[in-house]
Amino acid sequence: MILQGIAFYVFAALLVASGVMVISSRNPVHSVLYLILAFFQAAGLCLLMGAEFIAMILIIVYVGAVAVLFLFVVMMLDINFRELRQGALEVLPLGGLIGLILLAELAAVVGGWIVAPGVEKLAAAPTPAITSVTNTQALGQLMYTQYVYLFQACGIVLLIAMIGAIVLTLRHREGVRKQNIGDQLARRRDEVVAIRKVSSGEGV
Amino acid sequence: MTAVFPDIWPALPEIFLAVAGMALLLIGVFRGDGFTRPVSYLTVVVMLLAAILAMGYGAGRVVTFNGMFVMDAFGVFMKVLVLVSAALSVILSLGFNEREQMARFEYPVLMLFATLGMLMMISANDLISLYVGLETQSLALYVIAAFRRDSAKSSEAGLKYFVLGALSSGMLLYGASLLYGFAGTTSFDKIAALFAGGAHASPGVVIGLVFVLTGLAFKVSAAPFHMWAPDVYEGAPTPVTAFFAAAPKVAAIALLTRVLIEPFGHLTAQWHQVLVATAVLSMLIGSFAAIMQTNIKRLMAYSSIGHVGYAMVGLAAGNQDGVRGVLIYMALYVAMNIGAFAVILSMKAKGLMLEQIKDFSGLSKTNPMLAATMAIFMFSMAGIPPMAGFFGKLYVFLAAIEVQDYTLAVIGVLTSVVGAFYYLRIVKIMYFDEPLVVVDKVEDDGMTGILVVTSLFTLLFFVAPAPILNGAAAAAAALFAG
Amino acid sequence: MSTPLIIEYLPILVFLLIGIALAVVMVGASYIISPKNPDAEKVSPYECGFEPFEDARTKFDVRFYLVSILFIIFDLEVAFLFPWAIALGDIGLFGFWSMMLFLGILTIGFIYEWKKGALEWE
Repeated sequence: MILQGIAFYVFAALLVASGVMVISSRNPVHSVLYLILAFFQAAGLCLLMGAEFIAMILIIVYVGAVAVLFLFVVMMLDINFRELRQGALEVLPLGGLIGLILLAELAAVVGGWIVAPGVEKLAAAPTPAITSVTNTQALGQLMYTQYVYLFQACGIVLLIAMIGAIVLTLRHREGVRKQNIGDQLARRRDEVVAIRKVSSGEGV
Repeated sequence: MTAVFPDIWPALPEIFLAVAGMALLLIGVFRGDGFTRPVSYLTVVVMLLAAILAMGYGAGRVVTFNGMFVMDAFGVFMKVLVLVSAALSVILSLGFNEREQMARFEYPVLMLFATLGMLMMISANDLISLYVGLETQSLALYVIAAFRRDSAKSSEAGLKYFVLGALSSGMLLYGASLLYGFAGTTSFDKIAALFAGGAHASPGVVIGLVFVLTGLAFKVSAAPFHMWAPDVYEGAPTPVTAFFAAAPKVAAIALLTRVLIEPFGHLTAQWHQVLVATAVLSMLIGSFAAIMQTNIKRLMAYSSIGHVGYAMVGLAAGNQDGVRGVLIYMALYVAMNIGAFAVILSMKAKGLMLEQIKDFSGLSKTNPMLAATMAIFMFSMAGIPPMAGFFGKLYVFLAAIEVQDYTLAVIGVLTSVVGAFYYLRIVKIMYFDEPLVVVDKVEDDGMTGILVVTSLFTLLFFVAPAPILNGAAAAAAALFAG
Repeated sequence: MSTPLIIEYLPILVFLLIGIALAVVMVGASYIISPKNPDAEKVSPYECGFEPFEDARTKFDVRFYLVSILFIIFDLEVAFLFPWAIALGDIGLFGFWSMMLFLGILTIGFIYEWKKGALEWE
């Protein structure tokens, strides 16, 4: 239990610290690298809560794919980030104020911690105890049957994302010549080679 | 643990739209962009068929997919409204897209998927299905806003819409997670049962509800969360603006109504003030900020902010008559809004689109029919009887007076007077100023049809208001019976 | 109560700690032990003996972005497969066909992008 507590504080502290570094480091590429570190810490926190599947997905999807995408986007934009950050100090008071308001709200929420009576009975679809099935299996038992509507809707959302990405970024270049193996193999000798009798001294 | 196969019949319009959308995508990709017009026509047919499927749904309230999805008379009314306005928006876009070289078959397909998301929003009966429906809609809309990708303005509109949309989704999720934490469930039915049982609304629930409302207010572009609307409306291609101002707004208002009345119907005291403040601010900004505009699309953006404010007056009443007022208002709003955008889309000189208000000057001399049509819509939006818009305002203000919300009703009437100023200014510009440009004739048959139908509807609504009034009354009753 | 789960991850924690410790030792040692005598010319960036002409960053082609977006979408699709594979015994035919429908939706997307030429580099 003590180990768990130490692990929590280490992960949480590193998460906050790398979060701060994401927004404060000068080089945007470093920001993305700190973001990856933050994802790892968040995965660690999820693990401590017993949400193994979420932790692994965080690493596979966020570290494996989203962070790479971020790097591409950072590299794609030709922005002078130092200039961009000039104005950041001016909006700091406003941002800080909004942050404080959110913090105060959170405090109010925690202070007024009255969970409605009878809530336990309402809990949507209780999963079996974590000792009997693994986290991933418990998810699998619910996601594809009980939540089939949402599952298929996610499929549609992914399809829209696919269409959107292609519509907005795909451009075909003019004048690209491609090798078409089918055409090459289909060429026949008599279609392309003509044999002419050439009399000497006259040319074709 | 064996799962029972869910009852899919209540979701038939959605399933039909999803399957048809995928089929059209494949047809489009195999036939190429030259096939855009047939795909667009098929999209219109599919939307209208889905509306018929939705109408074929009987009375009563059915919950399916393990409480995720609900279908009732309210859903029928809103779905038909959304589908019809989406179909009209597709027809509106045809000519424009071909002229501006943005006719690609993905356009109608994305409209179809956005409409699917709207139907899912209307039928949401759980915080999760609310969010998934909203994202399905929004994702398609972000892409459509930036559809003219070679235009910096359109890309900017898409990006702005995306960033602010993502922000509002974040707020909505934050609120939803608080609600889940403090109410213990995401299901609307169970939340309603919890508070009907007299459960105390803890600060967590109230703050969660406020965050959810904030997220939804972003989506309907109600003040003070309206700032994206003018920029996005101006930057997006005009047919996309027409679509944005109609169908998504109806769907988001439907979602807002359902969330407030069904799960949180017993917490009226908690959300009433929030809604009143939003309504008042929207009406004020919608009427005062619009006066300064020179671009007709920005003007329409502010006008739509104001109209959302009026609809919220009805919602703030929180009773059956109020909701009926909202439904009537949205139905009439959609008709005149699509009509007004049909006029704006017809405004072109020598093939170039006209977007400035001063381009309307002297329209009565160069194109009297178009000017008369626009005048009808402007009179209606200003709320001058006997146009349709008057009745919309009448029912929401009556509902406010019924619950003795006199301040709200008075502010509503006063801001409509201010609003009338800029609507009538357009009429004045069209009829009394000298023409600057010669506006081309309307040659598109679909456009002419929409102009004729919407203007006749707006003009003659008072002759036979029964279908819409009865439909709205039945829909509102269904919401309160559940 | 959840001790068994955490215990299973103990080796990974130990592994992480050793990894961090090693990295700290290596970087720290080279920082402390190595002789350092920097001056302005030594630490300034250079390009084959010249002053650098431009920023080291160059613009990436937008096509990288498209490829990685499409990758993320299919990555998510695969993520959905893990719990399904584990729980397939419990969720029966309905669960099986539910996933088939999901894969079908994404296959339509796949056909679309293939036919559109989004997978070709040119």
